[in-house]
Amino acid sequence: MELTELQRSYWTKNLKITAVLLIIWFISTFVMIFFARELAAINFFGWPLSFYMAAQGSLIIYVCIIGFYALHMRKLDVAHGVDEGDA
Amino acid sequence: MSAQLTFNQQLKKYYSFYTGGFIAFVLLLGVAEYMGMERKYIGYAFLAATILLYAGIGIMSRTLDAAEYYVAGRKVPALFNGMATGADWMSAASFIGMAGTLYLQGFDGLAFIMGWTGGYCLVALLLAPYLRKFGQFTIPDFLGARYGGNSARLIGVFAAILVSFVYVVAQIYGVGLITSRFTGLEFVWGIVVGLAGILVCSFLGGMKAVTWTQVAQYIILIIAYMIPVVWLAVKQTGVPVPQLVYGSQLEKVTAKEIELGKDPREIEVRKIFGDRAKAADVKLKDIPGSYEADKAAMAKTLEDLKAATEPNAAAIAKAEKAITAFPKDVKAYEAMLKAHKGAAGRAAPILPHATPFPGVGKDDAAKAENSDVKRNNFLALVFCLMLGTAALPHILMRYYTTPSVQEARVSVFWSLFCIFLLYFSAPALAVLVKYDIFTNVVGKNFVDLPAWVSSWQAVDKTLMNIVDVNLDGIVQLAEIAIGGDIIVLATPEIAGLPYVISGLVAAGGLAAALSTADGLLLTIANALSHDVYYKVINPDATTKTRIFISKALLLVVAAVAAAVTATKPGDILFLVGAAFSLAASAFFPALVLGIFWKRANKAGAIAGMVIGLGVCMYYMLRTYKFFLDLGFPKMELWFSIQPISAGIFGVTAGIVALVVVSLLTKQPDQETQNLVEHVRYPSIKGDKMNTAGAAL
Repeated sequence: MELTELQRSYWTKNLKITAVLLIIWFISTFVMIFFARELAAINFFGWPLSFYMAAQGSLIIYVCIIGFYALHMRKLDVAHGVDEGDA
Repeated sequence: MSAQLTFNQQLKKYYSFYTGGFIAFVLLLGVAEYMGMERKYIGYAFLAATILLYAGIGIMSRTLDAAEYYVAGRKVPALFNGMATGADWMSAASFIGMAGTLYLQGFDGLAFIMGWTGGYCLVALLLAPYLRKFGQFTIPDFLGARYGGNSARLIGVFAAILVSFVYVVAQIYGVGLITSRFTGLEFVWGIVVGLAGILVCSFLGGMKAVTWTQVAQYIILIIAYMIPVVWLAVKQTGVPVPQLVYGSQLEKVTAKEIELGKDPREIEVRKIFGDRAKAADVKLKDIPGSYEADKAAMAKTLEDLKAATEPNAAAIAKAEKAITAFPKDVKAYEAMLKAHKGAAGRAAPILPHATPFPGVGKDDAAKAENSDVKRNNFLALVFCLMLGTAALPHILMRYYTTPSVQEARVSVFWSLFCIFLLYFSAPALAVLVKYDIFTNVVGKNFVDLPAWVSSWQAVDKTLMNIVDVNLDGIVQLAEIAIGGDIIVLATPEIAGLPYVISGLVAAGGLAAALSTADGLLLTIANALSHDVYYKVINPDATTKTRIFISKALLLVVAAVAAAVTATKPGDILFLVGAAFSLAASAFFPALVLGIFWKRANKAGAIAGMVIGLGVCMYYMLRTYKFFLDLGFPKMELWFSIQPISAGIFGVTAGIVALVVVSLLTKQPDQETQNLVEHVRYPSIKGDKMNTAGAAL
C-alpha cells in the first residue's frame, strides 16, 4: 500500500505523542515508586507525598493522559485526513 | 439525526429510569426494615431482585446475529462501554478485597491501586484504537491475521483460556462467598444461584446481553461502594468527600501508631505472642507430657498465691481465669499450641500505614535490605498488573464493541474514569476504618465494645476476633485479629447505617463478581467456538451453528469452573495476580509489537508467546507454595521477586525471543505489512482492506 507524505507524518506524530505520554506514565509510576521513601518526607495536605501519589495523584495523571490522547488524536485524524467522518 | 444518536439518547433515558428505580427499591426496603422486616428477608430481596433484573436484561437482549452475539453489534457508545468495562474489570477482589488489603498492608497494598489503573494508559496508547480498527471478534483473531495461520491463533486460544479460567474461578468463589454470607445458603448453593444469573444473561444474548447487564451492574456497584464511605467520612470529618479529606485522618492514624508502639500494654501483648510461639514450638514436641506439666504449673501458681502471707486478690482472680480458659483435653491443647505457633507474626511491631516499604530486620543493614526487597517487589507487581491489564482478552475484547476508532479511544477514558471512582475511594475507606478502630475499639474496655465488633465476631472468627491476651480487660491493637474482607462488608455498620445498606453492599459485591465472571465465561466460550471450531475445524459452519456451539460450550465451561471452585483452591488474591502475570507474558509482546513493529513475524510471535508463557509458568510452578505442596521441586527466588510477579520474567523473555527470532527469520509478506498499515490509520482513502467484515 502506498502512503502519502501526509499520512506518513500522521504516524510519526502519533508515535511522538505516544512516546511523550508513555514517558509521563513511566515517571509517575516507576520513578515515583523508586523514590517513594524519599518523597514520603514531603507533606502534601496531610498525606506523605508518595502515599498521595500512589493512592490518588498518579491515578489522576493516568486519567488525564488518556483523556488528552483521545482529544489530541481526534484533531490529528482530521488534520491528516484519516478521520472516520461521522461514523 | 443519525440512528446511533437516537440510540444513545434512548440508552441514557433507560439507564436514568433504571437508576431511579433501583434507588426507589432500596428506599422501599429501608422503609420495610423500619417497619420490622427481618434481616434475612432483606438479603433475599436483594439477591432475588438483582438476579431477576440481570436475567431480564438478558432476555430482552437475546440474539442470533453473529455481530450482536460476539461484539454487541458494534454500537456501544463510549460512555456505556466505559461503564461496562468498569464492571467487567472490577471483580470481587476489587470490590470486597481491595480496601481490606490496604488496611492490612498499608502503603505496600497500593501496588494494586496503581497497577489496576495505570494499565489503561497502555490499553489506550498501544492497543484499543488499533484493535478496534482491525475489528474482528476475538483477540486470537488478531494474532491469527497478523501472524498468518492457525499456530499463533491456537497459542492465543490456549493462553486466553488459561488466563480467563484462573480468573473466573476466583470470581465464582467470590459469588459463592457473598451469597452464602448474606442469605445463609450453603457455599455450593450460593455458587449455583449466582451461576444461574450469569448464564441466563450471557447464554441468551452473548456480548450484547453481557454489555447491557454490565452497565446495570456498574451502576449498582458504584452506588453500593460510595454510600458507606461517604457516610463514614461525614461521621468522622463532617465533609462528604472522603477522598479529599482523609489526609488528616491518615496523620492521626500515624500519630496513634507511634503512641501505641510505645504503650507498655501493647508491648506486653506482643511479647506474649512471641513467647507463646517459641514455647509452643518446644511443647509440641513433648505432647502429652507438656499438657500435664502446664496444668500442674498453673495449679501450683494459684496455690502459692493463695498461701502468700498477704494474698493479692487481683492476681488470684487472674490465675483462676487462666485455669478456666485452659484447654480441657490434650487434643484441644495441641490445637491451641499450633495456633500459638501460627500467630508468631502477631508479635511483630505495628506496621506503619503511611510508610513506603517499612523494612524489618535485626539491625539497620538488614532493615534497609528488606526495605529494598519490598520496593523491588512493589515495582515488579505494578509492572505485571499494568501489562496484564493491557493483555487480558476479556477487557481488550470490549473495545471491539464501539462504533468507531475515535469512540474506542474515548471509551478507554470512560473506562478508567469509572474504575478510578472506586479505586481512589478504597485507600480512603481503609484509612477511615483504621481510624475508627484506633479510636473506638483500641483502649476500650472489653465490656463496651461497639455492637458491630461483637456481631461480626459471632458470625465469623476469621473476619473479626478479639481476645484479651494479657487479661487486663482492655483492648490492645495487638489483640485484634481482622480479616481483610470485613472492611467493606462491615463499613455500613461501623458508620451506623441501617441493615438495608449492608444488603446493598452485598448486592454491589455480587454485581462486581457476576459481571466479571460473565465477561470471562464469554471469552472462553468464544475462543473455543469462534477460534477453534469456526476458524480451524469447520470454516463452513453457519452463524446459527457457531452460536449454538458457543452457547453449549458456555454451559460446559461454567459447570467445570463451578466444580473447580467448589474444591476451594488456593488464595483468591494469588489466583487473580497469577492471571495478570500469565496474560502479560503470553499476549503483551505479540500484540504490541504486532502493531508497532512491522518486522515482527510469525516465527517470532510464536517463539515470544511460548517462551514468555513458559518462563512465567515455570517460575510459578517452582516457587509458589500451592504448587510446591503438589510436589514441584522448590527453587530460590530470582532477585527475591515473589511468584505473583512472575510476569516480569515472562514478559522480558517473551520480548527478547520475539525480537531475536523475528530478526533471524524472513520479514513478513506484503499483505501482512499492509494489514499493519491498515490498523494504524482510523481510515485511509483507497484502502480496500476491510478486516472487520460486514459489521463495520
